[in-house]
Amino acid sequence: MSVPQIAKKEQGFRVTLEKRGTTPYLIHFLVPVSSVVAALLVGAIFLKATGHSPLEIYAMMFNGAFGSMYGISETIVKAIPLMLTGLGVSIAFRMLLWNIGAEGQLYMGAFAASWVALFAPDMPGYIMLPLMFIAGFLGGALWGLLPAIPRAFLGVNETITTLMLNYVAILWVDYLVYGPWKDPKGFNFPLTAPFRDSASLPTFGNSRVHLGLLFALAAVVIVYVLLKHTRWGYEIRIIGESQNAARYAGMNIGKNILLVMLLSGGLAGLAGMAEVSGITHRLQHGISSGYGYTAIIIAWLSKLNPWAIIIVSFLFGGLLVGGFSIQTSGLPSATVFMLQGLILFFVLGGEILTRYRIKLQRGRK
Amino acid sequence: MQKVLMKVGFVYVGPVGDAGWTYAHDQGRKYMVEQLPYLDESDTLVVESVPENADAERVLTDLAEKGCKVIFATSFGYMDYVINVAKRYPDVVFMHCSGYKTAENVGTYFGRMYQPRYLTGLIAGMKTESNLIGYVAAHPIPEVIRGINAFTLGVRAANPEAEVKVVWTNTWYDPAAEKEAALSLLDAGADVIAQHQDTPGPQQAAQERGAFGIGYNTDMRDFAPEANMTSPVWNWGPYYVEVVEAVKNGTWKSEQYWGSIADGVVGVGAYNEDLVPEEAKKLVEEKLALMKSGELEVFAGPIKDQEGNVKVKEGESLSDEEMLGMDWFVEGVKGNIPK
Repeated sequence: MSVPQIAKKEQGFRVTLEKRGTTPYLIHFLVPVSSVVAALLVGAIFLKATGHSPLEIYAMMFNGAFGSMYGISETIVKAIPLMLTGLGVSIAFRMLLWNIGAEGQLYMGAFAASWVALFAPDMPGYIMLPLMFIAGFLGGALWGLLPAIPRAFLGVNETITTLMLNYVAILWVDYLVYGPWKDPKGFNFPLTAPFRDSASLPTFGNSRVHLGLLFALAAVVIVYVLLKHTRWGYEIRIIGESQNAARYAGMNIGKNILLVMLLSGGLAGLAGMAEVSGITHRLQHGISSGYGYTAIIIAWLSKLNPWAIIIVSFLFGGLLVGGFSIQTSGLPSATVFMLQGLILFFVLGGEILTRYRIKLQRGRK
Repeated sequence: MQKVLMKVGFVYVGPVGDAGWTYAHDQGRKYMVEQLPYLDESDTLVVESVPENADAERVLTDLAEKGCKVIFATSFGYMDYVINVAKRYPDVVFMHCSGYKTAENVGTYFGRMYQPRYLTGLIAGMKTESNLIGYVAAHPIPEVIRGINAFTLGVRAANPEAEVKVVWTNTWYDPAAEKEAALSLLDAGADVIAQHQDTPGPQQAAQERGAFGIGYNTDMRDFAPEANMTSPVWNWGPYYVEVVEAVKNGTWKSEQYWGSIADGVVGVGAYNEDLVPEEAKKLVEEKLALMKSGELEVFAGPIKDQEGNVKVKEGESLSDEEMLGMDWFVEGVKGNIPK
């Protein structure tokens, strides 16, 4: 600490961060936008140095994600699981419950929904799909409940348990697709048999955007109403702000931990159900590209606001989709990951400016 | 030669720099660009590290939209997505590596890697002193099981006492996990490490412990010069040339290509002269000649499974279908196939 201060004294300036009393709305908008611009500038230097045209690459990235109906539809496809898992973890985070287990909850939702799809007797889609929906939600919810029980009654740290259960869930699905659920006609490859048509979510037009989009949007509205306009939502918010105050007011913290983790896991489970029913149409190894982990970033960038989750998921989906599309210009995937990382780094780092302002002070301390 | 407008797409499961599976495909792509005067580097569109899930379908579509006339999808898990996208782009030829689904405009291609596996097994069998060879294996799918079996048959043809111990990593590309797995085999007493993995991690583990190794995919000698003896390798270039030429000339037809060591799509890589015993080289030459002439089949009876039951009778050998669906280990393999 002391060294930089000496330097500052010599110049006669001091840089300090001062907490903002209130944050103007404009700042909430300006900070992330200028963070993205700053990231793109830094990225541009790197692209230029490696012999690429930054403008061309950025235009290509934008076009890949948002430049055509197809690009937009694919960005939405990517955003659906991000919205559901992001929403799930954000509810838990609101209560300061660190649910890092959305990935596992997604897998268990996918597992439960696939179980219905593969083993229930043939029935029309309007019965099959609701059953899969319920199974997917329950699969994720119960997987979320598992670490919630020791947390609620024994105070066991849920960060570790939810994280560890991710591996269990992924290995469980692997076990099934390599073993008992393997497609008998699949030459021993690790895939289940494809689902019947009745177990496939309808899609919009020719795109791959499936009904899961409506689940996600409906979930946003429901979560918003729950949090803002019900007594339960009020309790969650109070517990998140001060456990002692909540306890003093007679709120049952243990019960709320269980309920919140059920809902949080259930939403991630729905994401899993939507992926197998809407996209892969079978259960297989690697159904998620780490959506449950990206969900944590989504939740933070959205500041746990359900409406913001829609926008952030869509933009994040675009970042991922655009990333693949620029590779065809000869850019290695490592550079793409670096550009994506830069944008996240700047946006998350710039966050601090929405809460603090930079002050330049003349003179000595 | 006149330049024709033709773009060729490649979808890779790992990074080009994996020094293994994807690297081998990319070498094939480069060879193709060199050989075909109407193709420039910029006519080949490459997307690497594409996961085998919903992302794959978008990447394939993107390549078709960007005007590729042929698209090579180089991992098994792309299968369903290739079929889906191919339906929407009937004028584009899709070539799927290692799968089993075809369509009018979808062909599959693969190589009989079990042949060089057998040959390198001969070397490992002659080299081992502890009579225990470690095998770091990816996923328990038929392709990998077939390779382990062929390798073991080679090992035991040269050294009937030796056994092959298998560890699964359940990954294709995870340098740290693969190296760890190899170390666990070395701890168990193995003195030669073979692998079905996409990185040279297991070879490096062998070098650290002063043991020897048989790599996979590409020449891995540079990564472990004191350990790596040789590798069964892929040589995709000539096949890529053939496919692209056929598409250009309008003679391409959907097929399931399973190239052999005689075609050159698979082979035994360069030897590390200091490490491979002379007798082993001689034995490999001899068996290779028999293999090329069709007199030696790897899965020719009598072959027993781990429990000692005869799986292939004397005078018979496995059909392609039986090999493609292989889910049992031959005698001499120590390890289980998760079921």
